[in-house]
Amino acid sequence: MIAELFLSGIVVWLAGAMASLALWRQPAAARRVTCGAALAGSLLDLAASAAAIFSGSPAVIGLPFGNPVFTWAVRLDPLSAYFNVTLAVLAAAVSLYSFGYLREMEGRRNLGAFGFFFNLLLLSLALVFTASNAFFFLVAWEVMALSSFFLISFEHEKEKTRNAGVLFLIMSHAGSGLMLIAFLVLASASGSLDFSSFHLLASRMPALQQGVVFLLFLFGFGVKAGLVPLHIWLPEAHPVAPSNVSALMSGIVIKTGIYGMARVFFDFYGAPPVWMGTVVLAIGVASALLGVLYALMEHDLKRLLAWHSIENIGIILMGFGAALMFRALGHGNLAALALIAALYHTFNHAMFKGLLFLGAGSVVQATHTRNMEKMGGLIRRMPVTALCFLVGAVAISGLPPLNGFVSEWLTYQALLAGFGTTQSLTRLMFPIAGSLLALTAALAAACFVKAFAIPFLALPRSAEAAEAREASFPMRAGMAVLAVGCVALGLGATWFVRVFDPITQQALGVRASSALVMARGLALSPGTAHGGTISTAGIALIFLLAGAAFAVPLAMRWSRRSVKGPVWDCGLPGLTADNEYTATAFSKPLRMIFSALYRPRREIQAEFEVSPHYPSAIRFESEIELTFEKRLYGPLRERIMAMANRMKGIQAGSINVYLAYIFITLILLLLFGVRG
Amino acid sequence: MMERLIDRMIENVTQLFLLLALAPLVTGVIRTLKARLQTRRGPNILQPYRDLGKLFRKGMVIPETASWIFAATPWIVFFSTVLAGLMIPMVAADAPLGLFGGVLAVIYLLGLGRFFLALSGLDSGSSFGGLGSSREMTISALAEPAMMLAIFTVAIGAGSTGLTEIAGAAIGQNWRFLAPAQMFAFAALALVLIAETGRIPVDNPDTHLELTMIHEAMILEYSGPYLALIEWAASIKQLVLMTLLINCFWPVGLQHTWFGFGALQGIAWLLAKLLLLSCAIVLLETVNAKMRLFRVPELLAVAFTLGSLALVSTFLF
Repeated sequence: MIAELFLSGIVVWLAGAMASLALWRQPAAARRVTCGAALAGSLLDLAASAAAIFSGSPAVIGLPFGNPVFTWAVRLDPLSAYFNVTLAVLAAAVSLYSFGYLREMEGRRNLGAFGFFFNLLLLSLALVFTASNAFFFLVAWEVMALSSFFLISFEHEKEKTRNAGVLFLIMSHAGSGLMLIAFLVLASASGSLDFSSFHLLASRMPALQQGVVFLLFLFGFGVKAGLVPLHIWLPEAHPVAPSNVSALMSGIVIKTGIYGMARVFFDFYGAPPVWMGTVVLAIGVASALLGVLYALMEHDLKRLLAWHSIENIGIILMGFGAALMFRALGHGNLAALALIAALYHTFNHAMFKGLLFLGAGSVVQATHTRNMEKMGGLIRRMPVTALCFLVGAVAISGLPPLNGFVSEWLTYQALLAGFGTTQSLTRLMFPIAGSLLALTAALAAACFVKAFAIPFLALPRSAEAAEAREASFPMRAGMAVLAVGCVALGLGATWFVRVFDPITQQALGVRASSALVMARGLALSPGTAHGGTISTAGIALIFLLAGAAFAVPLAMRWSRRSVKGPVWDCGLPGLTADNEYTATAFSKPLRMIFSALYRPRREIQAEFEVSPHYPSAIRFESEIELTFEKRLYGPLRERIMAMANRMKGIQAGSINVYLAYIFITLILLLLFGVRG
Repeated sequence: MMERLIDRMIENVTQLFLLLALAPLVTGVIRTLKARLQTRRGPNILQPYRDLGKLFRKGMVIPETASWIFAATPWIVFFSTVLAGLMIPMVAADAPLGLFGGVLAVIYLLGLGRFFLALSGLDSGSSFGGLGSSREMTISALAEPAMMLAIFTVAIGAGSTGLTEIAGAAIGQNWRFLAPAQMFAFAALALVLIAETGRIPVDNPDTHLELTMIHEAMILEYSGPYLALIEWAASIKQLVLMTLLINCFWPVGLQHTWFGFGALQGIAWLLAKLLLLSCAIVLLETVNAKMRLFRVPELLAVAFTLGSLALVSTFLF
């Protein structure tokens, strides 16, 4: 049953891809087919993977097309199924949203091609999460990378978009290269390409080889996940894509890196050495902090969200790092807690980041700009979008009672418990990581005050914003699905943690949920003796009761005594949008405090006719320096360009020379073969 | 089972009453003491109650530019602060609403209130509001790591983030605040408390329409009952953080149970300790001048260093 559902999902996506390509001359039909197939495929995939999580044994499905050398088999074990559920829920909401979102593009862009790559992306994602063979995995990975590339470059008439697409492609392939080497090392040790033969294999290898394979996988998958310092493509590529694609990219495509790491760290490795967990934890902290710090300086709404993806990947990796360390130190229950925190946050991030990108998409479509400084007052023009965006903003800031709070709370608990697991100084890492997580979360809250308030509140800052129109019904529905997801995953935490039992059972041999759920499902606990408890449902219930009992009746009574009045404008002839605080001004204190990181540069030119106190025009320019781009990748790029210049000499352009090269290579390979 | 539930209800209602009734008093005591120390006569100790009463009876002016966020914020701030207050141990080690959350929930509920307060600061479109929101979010973000380190130090000792467990572990060790780790953590948390409650040298609670203000700038557009709710919530928040500080580090007088004669004793001790801490705050506010905004990060860096020292001291000593 699971097999049939999963396969029919794949077939529906494939058919959707082909059909929308065939319909490229009829945009309206192509749009309906694209979104319909994507939605149907997602629902089928959801049914299959939800069933697979709870079925006792992993479903192994041989795909009906094939090749005699490699098995095209997919395996829906609990980990794969979990990521597939994440994919399916997000993809269903995004497809629903796309019914409305793509209408704008009808007749102006090739929706056939869009639909082809969109469905292909969903298909390849499902296969990446389930492929049970290294070769098949890499093929699916490559299809995913290429279809994302085409979707990112969809608005290719802009130079920025093209550059971002190329950067994405280069980084993605550098990552695949590292992964390929690591897989080949594993394959040569096991003699097979099947994932089942890699199970616990890496831990049996010599220490050096084990470490090298680990780092290759970490950086190979890290490129896709967007860890610092491999993140540079992410804030370029995610914003330039159409917003429904951005939602998928940030929500689930970068999670393929997380899936890959989970697969390698908790399936291929048994109990890894402690340093591996330490490295992952440290990279996680760095990514979280730098991601949010750069996000704060952004006033491009979509770029801001892209930086936050780096932050959240960092939070997920903190959980992974802690889980690896606990496993190395022999604390199975704590490792399960940390792994649950990381995977919970993975799902949560897919929900709220998908929601925020869809919200940003509605806003960008309504105002025709990504610059927050030109928005404002949208809460009156677009009330539903604003409410959904607010839910996402509260969730991503980790505030109770929504889902971001639950997973961050679990991460804190894991880090706190970590202090007692070892006597060595490495234990100091846990509380330090915890305090930096607190800083990250608080900065994220500051950033989302800005990201919600500047576009949605106060007066419109441009004519477009003043005349913005609410998103169409399918778009609102798509956002509402994800907003409900954020609320449900927050309030239903004690119900949801049961999903992790099969995963932790498979990875660590521990079923943790019964220890995590307390007070008949009302409260969540970290599973340690006397650990603290939390009840998001209880908090929400009290808010609702208090609101219904006091807030509503009193507010109604007070409203009779209230009058509308102008805002205090310091005696000016009336408040205008020019008086409002801007996004740049909002983050100014942090720009000054962290100036060692940002190295801000600003330029002010004032033109005046009579007196310098009465300028007739002022030009203000301010920018910050992106450290990694400038100091790490700048020199690297120059080095590569210089090398390419030097290599120019051997590119003679004559076919005889190339034939000679081929001949020499062949001789060398033969010699190498004889020697081996 | 039923009896336990009823006991819980009684505890919750008592603590709720204490929170609501005591918070303006603490504010009033601090104001009066401060005036006396500066050789002014100062307002009556009960003045904050009169202010609240007056504001609740007044009408409201709602800015034309504001959205529903402006009206929802006072309620969210008030409820989240009171909810956080029910999660801390005040009279007995048993926090009435301890099941719903521990110290992390307290911090994040206060964070939820702050988030909406900052939004409403920007909602009216006045530049004062934006100025306050920006500064409030910056300072609270920078205070967060120091606070978390101090809390980790305390929580590691008790092996829990539940405040009932933390206070329970502290009961009977009245002098443990003399241990180096506790002293460092106390100092760190005290600095954070000053920053979070908007007191000198970080912010001045007595100013209106000054370019240095933070909290007052955010709520400049509020009037009448909504202003009363926000002011009340601010004093409850101050009470919550002060109680947290004294009961975690100096649990003397904290009772095992809520019932019997002990409870009265517990309340008396609580009042005495609050008065002592208020005196300390007043002294600190009087002998210090308000800092420039961009010196505040240095103060919070000191708090962070103290927190780190506290952590290291837990296994050095």
